[in-house]
Amino acid sequence: MITKEEVEHIGWLARIEIDELEADIYTTQLNSVLDYFGQLDEIDTDDVPPTYHVVDVVNVFREDVVVESLSQDEVLENTEHKQEGYFKAPSIS
Amino acid sequence: MVEWMSIPEVKERIESTSSQEVTASYLETIGKSKINGFVTLWGGAIPRAGDIDKKGHDGVLAGVPIAIKDNISTKGIQTTCGSKILEGYVPPYNAHVIERLINAGAVILGKTNMDEFAMGTSTESSYAGPTLNPWDLDRVPGGSSGGSAAVVAAGEAPISLGSDTGGSVRCPAAFCGVVGLKPTYGGISRYGLISYANSLEQIGPLATNVSDIAILMDVVGGYDPRDSTSIKNEAVHQDALVDDVSGLKVGVPDEYFSEGIDPGVERSVWDAIHKFEDMGATWEKVSMPHTRYALSAYYIIAMSEASSNLARFDGTRYGFNAQGDNWHVMASRTRASGFGEEVKRRILLGTYALSAGYHDKYYLKALKVRTLVKQDFEKALARTDVLMAPTMPTPAFKIGEKIEDPLSLYLADVNTVPINLAGVPSISVPCGSADGLPVGLQIIGGHYDESTIIRAAYSFEQNTGHHTKRPEGVA
Repeated sequence: MITKEEVEHIGWLARIEIDELEADIYTTQLNSVLDYFGQLDEIDTDDVPPTYHVVDVVNVFREDVVVESLSQDEVLENTEHKQEGYFKAPSIS
Repeated sequence: MVEWMSIPEVKERIESTSSQEVTASYLETIGKSKINGFVTLWGGAIPRAGDIDKKGHDGVLAGVPIAIKDNISTKGIQTTCGSKILEGYVPPYNAHVIERLINAGAVILGKTNMDEFAMGTSTESSYAGPTLNPWDLDRVPGGSSGGSAAVVAAGEAPISLGSDTGGSVRCPAAFCGVVGLKPTYGGISRYGLISYANSLEQIGPLATNVSDIAILMDVVGGYDPRDSTSIKNEAVHQDALVDDVSGLKVGVPDEYFSEGIDPGVERSVWDAIHKFEDMGATWEKVSMPHTRYALSAYYIIAMSEASSNLARFDGTRYGFNAQGDNWHVMASRTRASGFGEEVKRRILLGTYALSAGYHDKYYLKALKVRTLVKQDFEKALARTDVLMAPTMPTPAFKIGEKIEDPLSLYLADVNTVPINLAGVPSISVPCGSADGLPVGLQIIGGHYDESTIIRAAYSFEQNTGHHTKRPEGVA
């Protein structure tokens, strides 16, 4: 069971503002999905290793050489919030 | 007048007229569209076609129009993932697949509608409104690449690209009566694909026939060092276009015909399997006992990865942004009003599944179940060459039928998500109809073995006529 307080807390962790009414709706909906996920408790997986990646590719290296990349102007062209070649955001607190 | 042409037919038409004329004729069909399959049309399509006409038609796809799912980055063409949060975002670079298409001479018509951030099975959650199924405008086209499948089915583009995280190419291919392939994980570079669940998703081609799928795979597939999960597979997909399944061993997993399957779907798929038998293949039942746990494992992993991948949408660098006194408030408000309901639900659930105290119960558990599901495939494919099953347990459902109940929508993915957990390739081909709506047969192969499923799908197509059926009155 996930509580309304927990929903509000994960909303904060995920940086998604949630109002009172939404918190109630999400609590119901998330519990219905989490109930379903509970079926996984039926299987014994103590000796099963996790799969993080499906094809056997490990440690992909390349030479550390400089290649052409996007210019600062191109990277900044999708925002109005910029200054002296940097993104500009409101202060953290 | 709507025409459904294969790539060779389009190229023939270009030779007898021009790419400009062919492109204009597709744009005219799109102009009369009833299905809302495109979210953005590219203003540069006609000039680009004209350039190719001037240069001569010497690329594999020289002058051939194509539609691109709206989560694949296209330089200079707005790319929104069907989301308000990316409103106005114009990528400054091309995805790997777009570079390949441009080099082959393709003409991008525009960007196709999709469930927001590819999270859905119905293309109803897009900020641009739902796409309609060309076979029945009251029904969904499937999702999340609903636009890419529907425009091909409606004759608005000969070919398209989608992406498949848990069935998002195969489901709409099945619902719209076209062919769709999800390659082996790593088969097509994800460079420039806007990530949702990166350990599961692959870009995949859609077309009206299997030959076009092979042609497209040979253009967009293959190794790309910019995607560190890209695999080196030198196979030429068009070499697999051989009408011969004699001796092919087909496995039929019981678990994919479970309760809730539509009788018309079940009948069409069994008819197809018996057709393969007539053509010289053999079949046997196989058991994949962890199938029933795949859906939960899939959703936990996908949501967890989504909560991380979608953290970048914070209103700072691109797209929509809201006001706030400090960064946290600005970002929280941007995300609250920029994301739709389903995206927010998945980010919240993923954040929860990864949070302190729940990580082992949900995320780690799901990764272990992923191992068991993968082993089911390894065992079944050790005895057989391919597996066959319904792509979707039902034909296309009605618009609005499932969207209010997230869990009921998730359950529709029961036959497609195990394939992504295992990372194996799978193709959906039309195999008949149920209540007048298309049914898809899913042919699943082992890792890197696109060739065998393409050969099986091609042979089926050569010996049946299901893929030639077209919806009426779509434009």
